[in-house]
Amino acid sequence: MTWVNAVVQGIMIGGLYALFACGLSLMFGVMKFINLAHGDLAVVAAYLAAGVIAVTHVPAVWSFVIVVPVFAALGYALQRTLFQAALNRGVLTTLLVSFGLSVVIENGLQQFLSANSRQLNIGSLVSDSFSIGQITIAYLDLGILVVAVVVLLGLQYFLSNSRHGRLIRAVADDREAAQLSGINYRHVFGIAAAIAFASVALAGLAYGMFTQFDPTIGTQAILLYAFEAVVIGGLGSLWGTLAGGILLGVAQQLGAQFHAADQVLAGQLLFLVILVLRPQGVTTRRELA
Amino acid sequence: MSEGGIAAGGTAAGSMAAGSMAAGSMAAAGGPLLEVRDLSVHHGQLQALHGVSLQLPAAATHAMIGANGAGKSTLLRTIAGLHRPTSGSILLDGEDVTRMRPERRVQAGIALVPEGRRLFPSLTLEENLRVGSTSARRGLWDTERIYDLFGWMRDRRGQRAAQLSGGEQQAVAIGRALAANPRVLLLDELSLGLAPVVVRRIYALLPQLAASGVTILLVEQDVSQALAAAAEVHCLLEGRITLAGPPAALTAEQIERAYFGVTAAASGTGSQPAAPAAGSGSPAADQAPGAST
Repeated sequence: MTWVNAVVQGIMIGGLYALFACGLSLMFGVMKFINLAHGDLAVVAAYLAAGVIAVTHVPAVWSFVIVVPVFAALGYALQRTLFQAALNRGVLTTLLVSFGLSVVIENGLQQFLSANSRQLNIGSLVSDSFSIGQITIAYLDLGILVVAVVVLLGLQYFLSNSRHGRLIRAVADDREAAQLSGINYRHVFGIAAAIAFASVALAGLAYGMFTQFDPTIGTQAILLYAFEAVVIGGLGSLWGTLAGGILLGVAQQLGAQFHAADQVLAGQLLFLVILVLRPQGVTTRRELA
Repeated sequence: MSEGGIAAGGTAAGSMAAGSMAAGSMAAAGGPLLEVRDLSVHHGQLQALHGVSLQLPAAATHAMIGANGAGKSTLLRTIAGLHRPTSGSILLDGEDVTRMRPERRVQAGIALVPEGRRLFPSLTLEENLRVGSTSARRGLWDTERIYDLFGWMRDRRGQRAAQLSGGEQQAVAIGRALAANPRVLLLDELSLGLAPVVVRRIYALLPQLAASGVTILLVEQDVSQALAAAAEVHCLLEGRITLAGPPAALTAEQIERAYFGVTAAASGTGSQPAAPAAGSGSPAADQAPGAST
């Protein structure tokens, strides 16, 4: 029964990983931009939420109403300026620029907000749970998983059926041909970045409620797990991202059954095995790229 | 050799006072719809076009022929806005579009069907057409009209572009460009990689497009195909226009010389492949307008 429990808990945590990976996957799939500051942006979102809660006294769960739109706007603005300028100069530049942004964010947070860890206070919700047989499920974990599934399914639906989704796919397929069809691809990139940033903001909020965060957690944990989820699921595929996040979570929880210290290691092993045996990821359907 | 050919770009209507045409002019008043003035383009160190000038009157079909690397595709891509010229200018109905981004040029009325089709492979046939109409001008060509032109498309609109055959993809690429309702349609190497029968079907459509008021500039290595399709033909050789005129007025020898350059023509014997055999060999085989499969 403990093994079944481990799988269930793995699926729960996998939702959080998928939420982290969503924006990374979208940015890579559409503009071939690998955003090394992705994890740090999630941390910034958590700090922003803490600020919003302190100022407005709204319940923590509702802070997303402000944080997500702010991040969407930030994503559009960054894409049209810094990120587009980096893309114009080549793939290596995008890595350097986003790495630089990551360093700036981490040090900025440490300088102005201290290295102390914090958590978004959601009261008793952090520990409330229900049981099915011997398996205990926390409401928060389930909530995060539901949000992740809704976000990824919603995004998939948006890309497949909306006019802007169609433009995003066209630009991802062939930027130059899109221009020849009268599309301003920079604007479409901006929209994709806005969506990616909105999703990373949600992920940051979920993380902040789920556990403690500090200025350096973005690259130490979040970015790594997001990358692993994306690679396991398959680059540029949203379904794959969801599957990748859940597989990573399950692998970690199963690893923890052997020894608590094996938790992270098990995730890395799965990641390496996938890279060797199935580098295109567990889902072969290509929704973007 | 015929440097005069460059000036002869002005052949058709004559009136050189391009810029003076008022905005709404139908170009029927005599000014060229598209004018290229003294255009030079570099790819890094290499100069691909040397002061090319060209005037296209409205609602006619023009062909640009020339060997591999003569600069034909570069010319079309520069007109479409994908390359920045080093010098020279491009005017659409008297308006200077030289600094305009490609997507703005589409809105202004210039559409390019690029070499190699370049469809969006993960999008369906219909989605490709709808992307093409994203910033369409007002005009005749909507999705229904395009389906009327290519009868087979309606039944297969939900199929992904990647699953279509080469000829079908070429048709969709033309449809996607038409969806923007262009005034000038640039066609780059329509025949590339396609079976002759498919190429003939596609070329058989061009008169219908021209009749709808679209001005066509097509680039083609298959000289006989180009001569049969166009009212006016230009030949590019190493980035310069070496010949211009209506096909009927040009002799095979003139074309041969303009296509290969003086030296090749002087050597006379031996290696003269496909190109000069142009004359009127294949066009007789033309048939089957409209629908293709």
